Amino acid sequence: MDKSTIRYIVRRLLISIVTLLVIVFVLFMMLKLMPGTPFNDEKLTEAQKAQIYAAYGLDKPVFTQFLTYVANMLKGDFGISYAIKRNMPVSALVTPRIGISFGLGIGACIIGTILGLVLGIVAALNRNHFWDTFATILSVIGVSIPSFVFCLLLLLLFGVKIPVLPVLYNAARPVQSAIIPMIAMSLGVVANVARFTRSEMIEVLGSEYIQLAQAKGISRRRLIWVHAIRNCLIPVITVLGPIIVGLMTGSMVIEKICAIPGLGSLLVKAIEVRDYNVILAISFLYSALYIVVMLVIDVLYGIIDPRIRLGKGDA
Amino acid sequence: MPKGISSQKQLDEFLEGYHILDQDYELIDIPTRLEQEAAVPGTTFMHDVWVRFKSNKGALIGGVIILVFILLSFLCPMFSHYTFDAVNTAEQSMAPRIPGLEWLGWFNGQGGIRAYEGAYANTFHYFGTDVLGRDLWVRCWEGCRISLFVAGTAVLVNVFIGILYGMISGYFGGVVDSIMQRFQEIVNSIPTLVILTLLLLIMKPGLYTIIVALILTEWIGMARVTRAQVLKIKEEEFILASRTLGASGFFIIFKKVLPNIFGQIIIMAMFSIPNAIFYEAFLAMVGLGIPAPQASLGSLINDGFKTILVTPFQVFIPVVILGILMLSFNLLADGLRDAFDPKMKEM
Repeated sequence: MDKSTIRYIVRRLLISIVTLLVIVFVLFMMLKLMPGTPFNDEKLTEAQKAQIYAAYGLDKPVFTQFLTYVANMLKGDFGISYAIKRNMPVSALVTPRIGISFGLGIGACIIGTILGLVLGIVAALNRNHFWDTFATILSVIGVSIPSFVFCLLLLLLFGVKIPVLPVLYNAARPVQSAIIPMIAMSLGVVANVARFTRSEMIEVLGSEYIQLAQAKGISRRRLIWVHAIRNCLIPVITVLGPIIVGLMTGSMVIEKICAIPGLGSLLVKAIEVRDYNVILAISFLYSALYIVVMLVIDVLYGIIDPRIRLGKGDA
Repeated sequence: MPKGISSQKQLDEFLEGYHILDQDYELIDIPTRLEQEAAVPGTTFMHDVWVRFKSNKGALIGGVIILVFILLSFLCPMFSHYTFDAVNTAEQSMAPRIPGLEWLGWFNGQGGIRAYEGAYANTFHYFGTDVLGRDLWVRCWEGCRISLFVAGTAVLVNVFIGILYGMISGYFGGVVDSIMQRFQEIVNSIPTLVILTLLLLIMKPGLYTIIVALILTEWIGMARVTRAQVLKIKEEEFILASRTLGASGFFIIFKKVLPNIFGQIIIMAMFSIPNAIFYEAFLAMVGLGIPAPQASLGSLINDGFKTILVTPFQVFIPVVILGILMLSFNLLADGLRDAFDPKMKEM
């Protein structure tokens, strides 16, 4: 790795850290600006109130409080839940749900990417034939229509009309319960990846090094597998960022629809009952995840294809 | 090849002694200069765009569907004798029934909670009624109109903010650009989801909260496209010429740069309308929908979803309308992009 690569990575890292700090600060200020205090009992005298504030560190300057808050967050202490489960630590409420949500998201992402790649490549190899038309129609539909619409339609079809799959999440049958939400979530991924792969593959197939390889009399199989596919795979990394973000947003509604006990449905519930600590904790988790994913994709791509970095560096 | 040559050696010998002579070639009767027909009509850019757009079937269909939906969403609530907020408990959750379509097996009024009997034998709720007995035909189109209004307003404001931000940042460059870019980068790395949830904590659910939410999250894309375009246009010679003639920065930005990036902005705006419709529905599902008795497509889906096992039509119809609407907007946007900039096709 040369100097500019390292400079680029450092710059991206710094921006990410600043962003995360900004988010934590905004979250913290939200807590501060919320009207009322937990100690507005009329029987308390001013002296007693001051004592309680001192005990909880609320008499210190806001900035010191902010540092304490960040330190607590880093230790995994996000406060307690007010409404969903009274006095339960938020971390205890959130932790068991992370696995379910991430499992679904990663599953949908992997299935969607693989199917999308296959569909895109097949479409590009059979231009203007059946598979190409099929892939084009599918990707227009998949890109346009939100995942929760698919989820509702699938539920109506396979849950209500032909009841083969559970409508609501059933902890005893996690695999069957995950089928509908996973298909619904992966459709958008398939569409995006297929669309991108197709145009990328067509561009690669028309490039000069493919013509050269053809001119050298290489077999078609080797041409496609060794020369074309490898080169069209790299740019697909760039679409994965927006896809993961889309999955995060989409999964919230899908988790609500299918009653999946994941992060998204917890967040929806927390918003409905205004459980601030839970909202803030999950928002923080989502932001952190988002920033890390973006960072990894940017850096990875910057290393693979230095031209991207230059374009952004100039910006 | 002359006769009598049957081997490579003979061919070599023949070629050795062969010289090209003048009479080996003759001029055939082709005019040496191409005369242009004087009557070729000049076409404007917008005309070219229209011709390219017309040839795209999908985009045309999308455009027509959108027009029909807009018309329906204005006319249906106006001409129906039901209103979107009239509650009638005697007509709770009636199934869709359209006169003349009963034979289809779908819109025959079967399967609702209340049946079309007695005093209601001759009533027709085209899309059925909801749990409170409100007519869904009117509510769906009312909701469609509100969804379109929300999306349209948000996109208009976004275009305005995005153009301003992108043009200033792109045209002036230097420190201004650096600061504006960093700010944009930071805002951009806060996930939409988090911005929206934070907004929920401050504002009450309602039409304008949703519009604000859409503006807060969507302006960046517009600003980015504008800036990229401005950077490209800025280097062109006509801008240099304009500056040499003493035009002010303001004049150059609005009279020279803006008209040249307008196509890109229209494309971007068209692509963000379906996005805005989606986020509106998303917000409704999360609990920041339009409060009852007002309806939007998102809140209709959210309400209908609660009784999905009993009366699936209450969620199915708005979902299908939403799907068709978003698909049409995407098709239209695709068509416009290809029409404005054929080079960008399939990117």
